[in-house]
Amino acid sequence: MALDSKSEYDVRTFKVVGTRVQRPDGVDKVTGKARFGADITAPGMLTGLILRSPHAHARIRSIDTSAAEALPGVHAVVTSADFTPIDDDDFTDDILANCMARDKALYDGHAVAAVAASSGHIAKAALKLIKVDYEVLPHVTDVDKAIEPGAPVLHEGRSDETVPEGASPNIISRCEFGHGDVEAGLAKADRVVERSFKTEATHQGYIEPHACLAQMSTDGTADLWCCTQGHYMVRNTCAAIFRMEQGQLRVTASEIGGGFGGKTTVFLEPVALMLARKSGRPVKMVMSRSEVLRATGPTSSSSVDVRIGMTKDGKITGAFAELRYQGGAYPGSPVEMGAMSAFAAYDLEHVKTVGWDIVCNRPKQAAYRAPGAPMAAFAVESAIDELAKGFGLDPIEVRLKNAAREGTKSSYGVTYPAIGLEATLRTARDHPHWKAPLGPNQGRGVACGFWFNFGGDTCVSLNITPDGTVTVSEGNPDIGGSRASMSMMAAEELGIPYEKVRTIVADTGSLGQNEVTDGSRVTFAVGLATIKAARAAKAEMCKRAAMTWGIDPEAVEWRDGAAHATGHNAGEHPPMTLAEIAAIASNTGGPIAGHCEANPEGAGVSFATHMVDTEVDPDTGATKILRYTVFQDAGKAVHPDYVEGQFQGGATQGIGWALNEEYIYGEDGTLQNPGFLDYRVPVASDLPMIDTVILEIPNPGHPYGVRGVGETSIVPPLAAVANAVSEAADVRMTQIPMSPPRLLSAILAK
Amino acid sequence: MVAVTVFGSLARFTDDKTTVEIEASNLRELLEGLGEKYPGLKPQLKRGVSVAIDGRVYNDSWFQPIEPDSEVVLLARLKGG
Repeated sequence: MALDSKSEYDVRTFKVVGTRVQRPDGVDKVTGKARFGADITAPGMLTGLILRSPHAHARIRSIDTSAAEALPGVHAVVTSADFTPIDDDDFTDDILANCMARDKALYDGHAVAAVAASSGHIAKAALKLIKVDYEVLPHVTDVDKAIEPGAPVLHEGRSDETVPEGASPNIISRCEFGHGDVEAGLAKADRVVERSFKTEATHQGYIEPHACLAQMSTDGTADLWCCTQGHYMVRNTCAAIFRMEQGQLRVTASEIGGGFGGKTTVFLEPVALMLARKSGRPVKMVMSRSEVLRATGPTSSSSVDVRIGMTKDGKITGAFAELRYQGGAYPGSPVEMGAMSAFAAYDLEHVKTVGWDIVCNRPKQAAYRAPGAPMAAFAVESAIDELAKGFGLDPIEVRLKNAAREGTKSSYGVTYPAIGLEATLRTARDHPHWKAPLGPNQGRGVACGFWFNFGGDTCVSLNITPDGTVTVSEGNPDIGGSRASMSMMAAEELGIPYEKVRTIVADTGSLGQNEVTDGSRVTFAVGLATIKAARAAKAEMCKRAAMTWGIDPEAVEWRDGAAHATGHNAGEHPPMTLAEIAAIASNTGGPIAGHCEANPEGAGVSFATHMVDTEVDPDTGATKILRYTVFQDAGKAVHPDYVEGQFQGGATQGIGWALNEEYIYGEDGTLQNPGFLDYRVPVASDLPMIDTVILEIPNPGHPYGVRGVGETSIVPPLAAVANAVSEAADVRMTQIPMSPPRLLSAILAK
Repeated sequence: MVAVTVFGSLARFTDDKTTVEIEASNLRELLEGLGEKYPGLKPQLKRGVSVAIDGRVYNDSWFQPIEPDSEVVLLARLKGG
């Protein structure tokens, strides 16, 4: 059923929701008991390894696997010849081609063959025996160079109907959003800033590499265990690739050591299944860190041109951005999200964005937290900052003057309902951080961010056990504390202690379809379904109590964890607790459960404002983060620890993106830094404590007012840090990461 | 009739109009009506769109009601991480 989003929210006083209960997975994770993807084993399993292209772009003339197949201990070898292309579904066919290259290897690290052997040593030896005859082709890894005349072409005929005739074949699609007359708006400005910005590709940087175990039976059924953000997505994708019935493939999600969007697709799973099918044995595959960086989705790199006009009193009169995102070797960069979100924080009469999806010889991009939005915000928020400071205006007051609010027609066309941007800005302006003194070579930056959030297919089964405890089964891997949040919402609704509820992540055979854990959807959508399932169970328990008392069910209501007889003619009956009703369930009709199968749409949009202080060493170009505060509208914060963790995690990843993280390619198009020694993510010693301020503006689309929080927090940091660094170094930084060499060059060029 | 705002890059398939009128009382009728009236939109509709109805975004719910005075905006299909 579709849920009416307008009637969900109900003001209430919470007893469990909003507290900081103990997380259910903490002890297992810190003691090593939690089972991640690489921890899964099966009797007789083989080790699967992948041979990857050493070239950025090469035609595969032939692959000779005979020597590898002859090696004792090798049980199966797989190439693209083992898979059948999917002619009627480009999206899934691209995923398959990314898992195993066909006629061309399209990036350094592209899989070209795989083996399954009785040990890792034998598998490695077998990979060396596979002979691939490559014809090395010219390559391109820069988004702007990819659309220059004469650039190496990755695919022919993939441009869609939105691309102008005669454009580069590397352009896949064009999009455009906005309203008004931008040129007329800019003409009213006292100053127009026109800048070009570039961002490098960054990886999601999850700690746990991809891993899976595949098993195929002779009767055509199969099982997969894997670390993923969406095991239903894995099932459906693999079933499509293997032309299997979805019900014949059961996928079980392991614990997940981070995903951030990067585990919303498949890389190993189809290969492992094919190796399992050919060998007749279970096959386990675990990526190395190098493989993760070379062959799994980083985010897009981008090139963005911005023009923004402003009057001297801080009113934005017109705004334009042209965004070019490369999505790696296949279509699908998140440029549409960037183009829709670029100016979403502002109330603008004249605004336009144009986006271009472009392919390069890089790994196929995968979603990364608010995909597409951080790069757009970097450009827009930097230009607004430059205008505000150029006029000597307070950057927060300028943003407040132009802020989107209820009734604003957004730059992507939607008129906003009640939103929280102004609240984040006012809270930031009034926070002590904004007025704290700065020292020499220090600067303060502020930036706003926006994200859409959404819902999607969701199933929850809530079971009352005979002893009066409760189990909740959900179908979304827990990457941000959802087991705790679901248990809390179930306990809140049922009126029982949190400790009486245990939530598990069920396999694909146990529940109906569930959308991936993405889009900041789980606490919103699965939470909503959990509440509805609990309400269904409460209704059934009231009915059982009414049967026991011999009164009408309408004369019974549920409160404080018990059924109460409340009607005028109900008579005197002591309340029956959940445990008492559960104990006699066999006598009153059998087990009691509540379900909710829904597609909860209507998730509320989210805004944040970030504030950061930096200090720049003018001699080395090194930047230190001195202080950082996140102000974000979370709707109702179900578990504030997790909400703060999402804020801090997004800010930290954004700081890494802004200061150090980047994919560095050599002249030959190969990745030069496929490891955490050279691809530098921020570590604890690099950062101060990230302060957080949670604003709770209820989402009317959820019974408790919950809205997604996981993605918005990575949108502002790129610009906030850039604005702070630009102030500290007294030079406008338009390219990130602002690594020491790049920043030092900018300082010396002043 | 429902007034639907389509994003700029699709206007070339809607006779250069960014607002079009479709006879529809729910999301399914709206999407079918758009494809029938403006066949050039079909590739985008097949790739996927999201639709904002009175400020709230819907991806799949065919039978989400649409009132004649509803604000309806066609969006690129939302993605998340």
